[in-house]
Amino acid sequence: MALDRWPVLRQLRGEDRLGRGAAVKSERSEGLTPRTSSADEVVKSICPYCAVGCAQNVYVKDGRVVHIEGDPDSPVSRGRLCPKGSASLQLTTGEARLHKVLYRRPHGTDWEELELDRAMDMVADRVLKTRSETFEWEDGEGARLRRTLGIASLGGATLDNEENYLMKKLYTALGAIQIENQARI
Amino acid sequence: MGTSFGRGGATTFQQDLQNSDCIVIEGSNMAECHPVGFQWVMEAKARGATVIHVDPRYTRTSALADVHVPLRAGTDIAFLGGIINYVFEHEKYFREYLVSYTNATTIINDRYLDTEDLDGVFSGLDRENRTYDFHTWQYEGMEVQAASGQRDEQYQDRAGGGGTVRHAARGESHGSGGAAISGDPEHDPEMLHTRCVFQVVKRHFARYTPAVVEEICGVPQDLFLKVCEAVTSNSGRDRTTAFVYAVGWTQHTVGVQYIRTAAILQLLLGNIGRPGGGIMALRGHASIQGSTDIPTLFNLLPGYIPMPHAHEHESLDAFIEADAPDKGYWGNMRAYTVSLLKAWWGASATDENDFCFDYLPRLTGSHSTYETVLAQMDGSCKGYFIVGENPAVGSANARMQRLGMAKLDWLVVRDFSLIESATWWKDGPEIESGELRTEDIPTEVFFFPAAAHTEKNGSFTNTQRMLQWHFMAHEPEGAARSDLWFYYHLGRIIRQKLAGSADPMDRPVLDLTWDYPTEGSIEEPSAEAVLAEINGWDPEGRPLASYQQLKDDGSTSCGCWIYCGVYADGVNQAARRKPWHEQNWVANEWGWAWPANRRILYNRASADPDGKPWSERKALVWWDEEKAEWAGHDIADFSSTKPPGYRPPEGATAEDAISGTDPFVMQPDGKGWLFVPSGLTDGPLPTHYEPQDSPFRNPLYRQQRNPVRQVFKRKENRYHPDPESPGSDVFPYVVTTYRLTEHHTAGGMTRWLPYLSELQPEFFCEVSPELAAERGLEHMGWATVVTARNVIEARVMVTERMTPLTVQGRTVHQIGLPYHWGPNGYSTGDAANELVGLSLDPNVHIQEAKAFTADIRPGRRPRGPGRGALVEEYQRRAGIGEETGMAI
Ligand code: SF4
Repeated sequence: MALDRWPVLRQLRGEDRLGRGAAVKSERSEGLTPRTSSADEVVKSICPYCAVGCAQNVYVKDGRVVHIEGDPDSPVSRGRLCPKGSASLQLTTGEARLHKVLYRRPHGTDWEELELDRAMDMVADRVLKTRSETFEWEDGEGARLRRTLGIASLGGATLDNEENYLMKKLYTALGAIQIENQARI
Repeated sequence: MGTSFGRGGATTFQQDLQNSDCIVIEGSNMAECHPVGFQWVMEAKARGATVIHVDPRYTRTSALADVHVPLRAGTDIAFLGGIINYVFEHEKYFREYLVSYTNATTIINDRYLDTEDLDGVFSGLDRENRTYDFHTWQYEGMEVQAASGQRDEQYQDRAGGGGTVRHAARGESHGSGGAAISGDPEHDPEMLHTRCVFQVVKRHFARYTPAVVEEICGVPQDLFLKVCEAVTSNSGRDRTTAFVYAVGWTQHTVGVQYIRTAAILQLLLGNIGRPGGGIMALRGHASIQGSTDIPTLFNLLPGYIPMPHAHEHESLDAFIEADAPDKGYWGNMRAYTVSLLKAWWGASATDENDFCFDYLPRLTGSHSTYETVLAQMDGSCKGYFIVGENPAVGSANARMQRLGMAKLDWLVVRDFSLIESATWWKDGPEIESGELRTEDIPTEVFFFPAAAHTEKNGSFTNTQRMLQWHFMAHEPEGAARSDLWFYYHLGRIIRQKLAGSADPMDRPVLDLTWDYPTEGSIEEPSAEAVLAEINGWDPEGRPLASYQQLKDDGSTSCGCWIYCGVYADGVNQAARRKPWHEQNWVANEWGWAWPANRRILYNRASADPDGKPWSERKALVWWDEEKAEWAGHDIADFSSTKPPGYRPPEGATAEDAISGTDPFVMQPDGKGWLFVPSGLTDGPLPTHYEPQDSPFRNPLYRQQRNPVRQVFKRKENRYHPDPESPGSDVFPYVVTTYRLTEHHTAGGMTRWLPYLSELQPEFFCEVSPELAAERGLEHMGWATVVTARNVIEARVMVTERMTPLTVQGRTVHQIGLPYHWGPNGYSTGDAANELVGLSLDPNVHIQEAKAFTADIRPGRRPRGPGRGALVEEYQRRAGIGEETGMAI
């Protein structure tokens, strides 16, 4: 590479003294296009981390998320995202995510894989069994309880309102009351 | 805030901070924990506002503030109480606002005794049962409602001091709506009567002088006075000050009272309901506000309707009678409750069967997550769902969480990756130490992979009560599913299995409305259909536009009354995205905020009693005489056509009983409450108490700690000796926990991401150079931190950001611990929550994680059985037993 094409020299000699434009371009970067320009669709979203509630534009190509960035229209965030929000592409598409149901049997020493339908059925059975075994109609004083203290749940603050709503509705109908989330934690 | 103003949500919205003349950030490191919201603080600063950061640590928030005030963790009530005292002493309160909009003029009955009279406790303390009877805190001339107090106290006597209604997080049921009082209180408009609230509050805080603030908080007097001057000179007709807080205020045994202190101060200064004023609560999770509005909480039903209690609420009528005041918007509680029951049980809910009120399970005390853990350890709670949360490292006393899980029959974990709460049976700390053996653990564990936010439709409610919709970009892959899918299909399968059952136990499940349409190849239930049910329908099946349309006769249905209107006209209002530059600064057409899309709560108070703005500079809403309605930049948080001159006729109820000058419409008297006559379990006014584990005596009173805090006598949860008693020097340092920009809570959504793990690769502790020298700690070396609960190790960061303080003539060192870690993922480390004991705020059952004590020493912690042995050795040295720290 010719010395005069060295970016630092170009930055010092050329117009682009701050190194934000021409000075830092190379042949390779000239040929690159942003993932945002080739996307098929932009889906409107909200950052899933903290309660600031920054708006996101999710770029989708061939049915996959290819890029996530701040939505400049939002009155709260005006297009900005912090490191967590910026990393949400890795959260959603990264390798750390699992896509199989895993099961550890009583006293088992390792995971086994389960089909989703079978796992759902097993959980439903356990809920009903525990509920029947622990259901309380009345307390010692004869006051109506209609509940179970055998089943508990923790979580909700990272979920959608609609999800929390179905959780609370189903648990309450089952008589489970130890339903809690991070609001206390 | 619920008890002071009527609703628990942040009173303002983040963008409005730009209008502040002074912003006090306390109990929050906003620049690092809510970085994008912090731009509005910087906007205010650019316009000339003064920014003050009060925090034990010097952080990036402090770096950008005009003033940083380091204070000892756990002493904020003393600090804010000092400002309140300054306001009284120098007569800096906003008199007209105070007289018209707060209960400053109301007279308290003559049986009330203050902490000033009783050496640190209020009248009505029942020492044996660690509860307050709050009958003596009432207004003069008010009927005391027996329903919520006495009946349950009798129950408590019979049950031998077990659970009580008050312990059932009663304080929280005021998340939207004040407490029940009835009758007409007496007033002294001159505020001279010795028992009027103004005088009572003034006397209560008179002790909190600058010298006392210095003695308790370690804040030099000149620095403290600088804050007082900034706050008071930036409040009044023409100027406003905002307070910003986060969990640095809530995670204490007196957490609710921290926020109350700020509420009192803001009411005195006339800063509530006005642009640039208010109290901005910064919540941690995307939808933590939403998960209390539509609560996954034991003591609440949607919209802050309390869960019924076995001994109080036998029928719908008894339930409404006990909890609903006849004045203010809670006067319509029956309409809200019946509409909820109709949303859940549809045609099965009829007038004849009390709208299925009997289908609701009943509480008999506190059933919070911490009691649940004890029930798991004791074997009575057998099945557990963990949904997007990681208690094995993220909850206080993490070891107890794991020991509880090891006793379960079955555990379901729904998350993205194998978090610690899914794998503790295989590789948790107790397996490593040999305390538990995998083969001996009977728990069945199911791990279900969760869908990401880009793989589902739904709404989050952000920190300013605003619902924002996110759209599905594509369906989740493999067996990953949304929680909406999981719970809908779990319910469907359970209903299938029970079909045809005649068992009365199964009726509530079988009668449930559960016919949501599904979409796509995975049969995802329609989130929009669920939102429509939450919004509710009128008798003709059309979406409701406002909660004022709700009826108590079963003709309307509504899944959460405060969210009524989010689907007005059949349009998903939460999905609105009109760009900010195409509307005014309030931006009411972006998303939808409860209640009724209002962005600044109680904004009637931005106008004077006649309905005119207090000043042009601070105009927000005003009475438009010509149109005979409230107009302004925001939607008025008031009946839109109720004129300022309206006075309730004799015998008026519900909203009709609120006069045209009362901005706090959810409160039974329409006033902001400086003094809380009912609704709080630990006192009508905030008082400085020392944290559960503290190296200092309470210099104000003989009463050391909050007398009604919740403590647990368990060998896994020992407390530290009282200050100045033998063994107290074993844990000489103050610890505070916090979070970083690059990680999120217990790390389940961040420690598995390479980018973020590279930015914050491992657990560390922050100590001052002075403490490092005292204990021989080396920068980048290892330190071991010990409490009576557990021991952990961390990399050492020696930094001047930690400042030793002088308190009661002694130097106190503080240790900072970010709490995101656990052993799994890319970025690893011990969990700070191992050290935290369970000692809870009695109102909302939040643990004290922001201030406790510990010892620190150089080097790594022991492995294997040595870990437990070290903790035992510390306990022995400090002489800790089951009574330690339990004194009332
Ligand atoms: S981008 Fe950062 S500040 Fe914005 S919501 Fe996400 S985590 Fe919060």
